[in-house]
Amino acid sequence: MAPNTKQSVGQEPQQKWTLRLYVAGQTPKSVSAFTNLKRLCETHLKGQYEIEVVDLLENPRLAKGDQIVAVPSLVRRLPPPVKKIIGDLADEEKVLVGLDLRSARPA
Amino acid sequence: MDSGKNFLHKTPTGIKGLDEITNGGLPTGRTTLVCGSAGSGKTILAMEFLVHGVLDHGEPGVFMAFEETGKDLAENFASFGYDLEQLQRDGKLVIDYVSIERSEIEETGEYDLEGLFIRLGDAVDTIKAKRVVLDTIEVLFAGLRNDSIIRAELRRLFRWLKNRGLTAIVTGERGEGLLSRYGLEEYVADCVILLDHRVNEQLSTRRLRIVKYRGTLHGADEYPFLMAENGISVLPLTSVGLTHEAPTERISSGSAELDEMLGGKGFFRGSSILVSGTAGTGKSSLAMTYLTAACERGEQSLYLGFEESKDQIIRNMASIGLDLRQWVDKGLLHLQTVRPSSLGLEGHLASILQIVKQVKPKVVVFDPITTFVSVAEGSGMRSMLTRLVDFLKMQQISAMFTHLSTLGDQLETTSQGVSSIMDVWLLLRDVEDEGRRSSALYVLKSRGMAHSREMRDFILTDRGIRLGDNYIKGLNSTNRAEQERSFRQGR
Repeated sequence: MAPNTKQSVGQEPQQKWTLRLYVAGQTPKSVSAFTNLKRLCETHLKGQYEIEVVDLLENPRLAKGDQIVAVPSLVRRLPPPVKKIIGDLADEEKVLVGLDLRSARPA
Repeated sequence: MDSGKNFLHKTPTGIKGLDEITNGGLPTGRTTLVCGSAGSGKTILAMEFLVHGVLDHGEPGVFMAFEETGKDLAENFASFGYDLEQLQRDGKLVIDYVSIERSEIEETGEYDLEGLFIRLGDAVDTIKAKRVVLDTIEVLFAGLRNDSIIRAELRRLFRWLKNRGLTAIVTGERGEGLLSRYGLEEYVADCVILLDHRVNEQLSTRRLRIVKYRGTLHGADEYPFLMAENGISVLPLTSVGLTHEAPTERISSGSAELDEMLGGKGFFRGSSILVSGTAGTGKSSLAMTYLTAACERGEQSLYLGFEESKDQIIRNMASIGLDLRQWVDKGLLHLQTVRPSSLGLEGHLASILQIVKQVKPKVVVFDPITTFVSVAEGSGMRSMLTRLVDFLKMQQISAMFTHLSTLGDQLETTSQGVSSIMDVWLLLRDVEDEGRRSSALYVLKSRGMAHSREMRDFILTDRGIRLGDNYIKGLNSTNRAEQERSFRQGR
């Protein structure tokens, strides 16, 4: 790791977002949570996000790692710190604040 | 026990005493609510229920911990001698720590707690659990904002547990005017146990009460319970109290004159004797005389002192001609000192019971029990002492308790609560007249025997205790002083 003084700040203009959506089966809540999330990401994070959907019915053990109790649960794994938003994500404004997108966006 | 099909099946908790007062344990396939304030022992009770399930009944268990991590729990329970990590490795126990941090969670719109159900369900299926603990599920209310969702989900959870046939404990914090802060008792219809922890002047007492147990008989009292080194034990008062035998054998008090006052034969074996008196009246001397008599009969005897050290006692008793050293050397007399305040009332009792179990004495002296009395005035103290007395009676151990009363007429009143559980009550009293101070002894009560009602001079000589009969003869102080002198000279 050579001199990285220059790199650390400005090198990644395209911050990668990794989002994980925990659901339990195809319920109306989980479907609408996914739809809402997809729309929001397309509007605000186009090209720099990745959504992973975890169905706990299929992978129950994964609930432990992110301390999932409620579903649907959205977890922002990247960028740090980890953020958690529960519910069907219907209130876009709240989701943006919860993901730190409101204040994080330069303009 | 459950002879008919209609009987409610019960799942033993394995906790000493609790299964007794619930007539067999918790309702099988149902949920029991255990509530109490912080530090009242909810978690320990719940975990013991699981551990005994695994060890004694081959029933695996799942512990969902909302407050403590698995590591913390394992460390805490190691002190009770349980290796939770081993049980987990053996696939008999799952501890799932559920962390809900309100500050880290944003809520938007509808959700449910299916995640929790899935975690619990997975754990139960993995080890084929029969027992489940949710400790403390009320954390959900603090961690999440939508109360109505939580309530609906709790209702679903309890139904789910029942449908799965799981015997469960949920714990709840004691709430203002409610059994639990968020009214969990509303959801749990079958069995509710309340734990209470009171601290009076630095000494703690713990109580357990079964508030409700549908479809079964149960003890309704408040039962004191202990947290000893091997876990919780609830020692019911009333059920034991009636069963001990009443021996008819009589044993000497060590003083022929006192024996004479007690119908000429001394105390009944296995009786509980209270000796109360003001400072310096000779309570310990009386008690030690009683113990020495036991040693002379070749019986194991135990002195539990709460104030003086071993050497102090031996030295002091030498001054009245009691050679304790020889009995200690012969292994008949055991002198033990316990500091009460460091342990708390219930811890104190636990350590006493343990010593008694080890030594297995025929006669035991507690000198003094005043430390108990001053702390838990009234019922707390009384129930502790009742349990001690019951325990001793069941083993037919004769016990003498000295009790330091304060000066003046309070003497009788302070001992009131205690004296009713005692068989014999001896009173030592400071008497002053014509410039002379002396002690007087009388037998206030002695169950089941004709005893003297006289007040006798109580004199400590270098050859032991003597009782003078001055009061009866109406001797004046000069004569009495003379008699005292003659006793001292060994006549």
